[in-house]
Amino acid sequence: MNAPVDTNSSAPLAQLRGVTRRYQVGGGIVHALRQVDLDIYAGELLAIVGPSGSGKSTLMNILGCLDRPSSGTYHLSGVEVGARDADERALIRNRLLGFIFQGFNLLPRTTALQNTELPLVYRGLSAKERRRRSLEALVKVGLGDRVHHTPSELSGGQQQRVAIARALVTNPPLLLADEPTGNLDSVTTAEVLALLQELVRVHQRTVLLVTHEPDVASCADRVVTVRDGRIVSDERNPNPKDARVLLAEAIRSRAEVS
Amino acid sequence: MIFASLRIAVRALLGARLRSLLTALGILIGTAAVVVVVALGTGARERIGAEISNIGNNLLFVFSRSGAKSGARVAQTSLTQADAESIRRDASAVAAVTVWSSINTRVHSEFDDHRTGVMGIDEYYFQVRGFTLAEGRTFSGADERSKAKVVIIGKTTRIALFGQESPVGHYVRIGRHAYRVIGELAEKGRSSFEDQDDRILMPISTFRARVSPARGGRVQLVVVSARTSAHTELAQRQIQAILRDRRGLAEGEPNNFEVRTQDGFRKSQDEILDMVTSLLMSVAAVALFVGGVGVMNIMLVGVAERTREIGVRMALGARQGDVLLQFLCESALLTLFGGLLGVLTAAGVVWLMQSTLGWSMKLDLTAVGIAIFTSLVVGVVFGLVPARRAAGLDPIEALRHE
Repeated sequence: MNAPVDTNSSAPLAQLRGVTRRYQVGGGIVHALRQVDLDIYAGELLAIVGPSGSGKSTLMNILGCLDRPSSGTYHLSGVEVGARDADERALIRNRLLGFIFQGFNLLPRTTALQNTELPLVYRGLSAKERRRRSLEALVKVGLGDRVHHTPSELSGGQQQRVAIARALVTNPPLLLADEPTGNLDSVTTAEVLALLQELVRVHQRTVLLVTHEPDVASCADRVVTVRDGRIVSDERNPNPKDARVLLAEAIRSRAEVS
Repeated sequence: MIFASLRIAVRALLGARLRSLLTALGILIGTAAVVVVVALGTGARERIGAEISNIGNNLLFVFSRSGAKSGARVAQTSLTQADAESIRRDASAVAAVTVWSSINTRVHSEFDDHRTGVMGIDEYYFQVRGFTLAEGRTFSGADERSKAKVVIIGKTTRIALFGQESPVGHYVRIGRHAYRVIGELAEKGRSSFEDQDDRILMPISTFRARVSPARGGRVQLVVVSARTSAHTELAQRQIQAILRDRRGLAEGEPNNFEVRTQDGFRKSQDEILDMVTSLLMSVAAVALFVGGVGVMNIMLVGVAERTREIGVRMALGARQGDVLLQFLCESALLTLFGGLLGVLTAAGVVWLMQSTLGWSMKLDLTAVGIAIFTSLVVGVVFGLVPARRAAGLDPIEALRHE
């Protein structure tokens, strides 16, 4: 359980070995994941793609410590985290992981600042410290002038930026984004992708995103394809698309339409 | 953490103001009922205590109790003036003894008529009962000896018979005889048993000779005042011994009379009051229980509605205990709010009843404290099931919830 932290920079940030996830559904057993091995390295923008029902959500849940593998091991930052109980996993999610959801999942009637503070509340930080860090995170995602707006007063792109600020505010080594652009138009999608790319390139974050859009996946450094609970391909993208170019294209095509 | 949970809870409750208010209403009614019932009880207790003290000081009441054996013995068990004399002579703990007999009858004046109690009294009556005169004079020894047709009347009786006029010198007719009014009693006020100012007093010799003839110096009641409140129990024992001796009761034979102290009256009044109070309290408790079930119901609805929020919180690091605490805080705050409103409502009701109905009620601070504390406990108890349901959610399921 308490494997020594490997300080070697080539050691993966997250490592899955032989991870299997089975569900009991009705009378039968469904294999959502079968013997998955995956290494995620610090500073990567990694996309997981695959058809629905391929097991990519299950993979995401296990990487996010929301679910436990039926068998196999999961090391995060050198620590075995796959077999922890519910409260320990909550602590790991709070300390080591940041979540960005497709539906943003911001609390309604709650300001951007309060939403961003949420993970820090569960870390037990003082109100003053929470506020300081949350403001910093909101400035980083370009919402320094919207901190007191509630989700209903923000556009979809702005809401997703709040969600990204919320994921960043704890400084987690790994950010998990589940279809982060699924609810956004092409311009906003490109904006969010540009922000994620900036987090990886400029701020040396590690981002794992699940998507079914080829455009989105083409911005990643590495694309892992899942099918039938197995990883069927794991390709490094030598030439990831710059989301800023994508953004310019999207803006241009919008201008042509209107 | 508890502070953060409280803040989250306040925000959630404010987010659904109407619902929170309606849910708190159930608790409001319960706590208000508790506080009002206790206020009623406390007020009644104080009033009855004051009334019993108002009758006189350190009094003991001696009744005859017909031994329920046969009608023939009634004559033997009646109290007599001689009994009173013995008590006066032999009971060292006794300060004064008085006897009286009374009937209720219609009394006429030249202006009007009025039904009231006509009492035959002795010279100790004023001392024992603590009556004084507002006007005129009291009975003399000569009045007593000559069975003079003179009376003293209370204020209520005077107003009924003579209005605002001074009654002294006027005559009242009781039965076949006319009696001259020689004095009026100073006002003493109501007790819960009687209007102490509604009476006509006359010498007991006059009463026996002219109003209600009786043989052998029989009286209805002997009233004794003890020297001090510390002497009442001793006086009670002495009177019992004297009367048993006079009646020749053998060892083990039950008393065919009864000696009750003012405290005894107070106790029996308190017992009745306690019974009524606990009855009303159980109604209030039922109201509070129903309110609690309402809170539980609304909290369950809240948990169901906010499943996704719970999922988000869990994904961001909320442990099961954090979620549990959050929802417990919410239900406890809700009921505490209801409890505080209930206390305010009760204060309003008490004020209203006092000022419009003239009921004597007293807001009891202990009861207020207990009511507020109880409302908090109701919140925690009835919030437990919803909070546990929230804390037990699977974050993946909760996040998928629409």
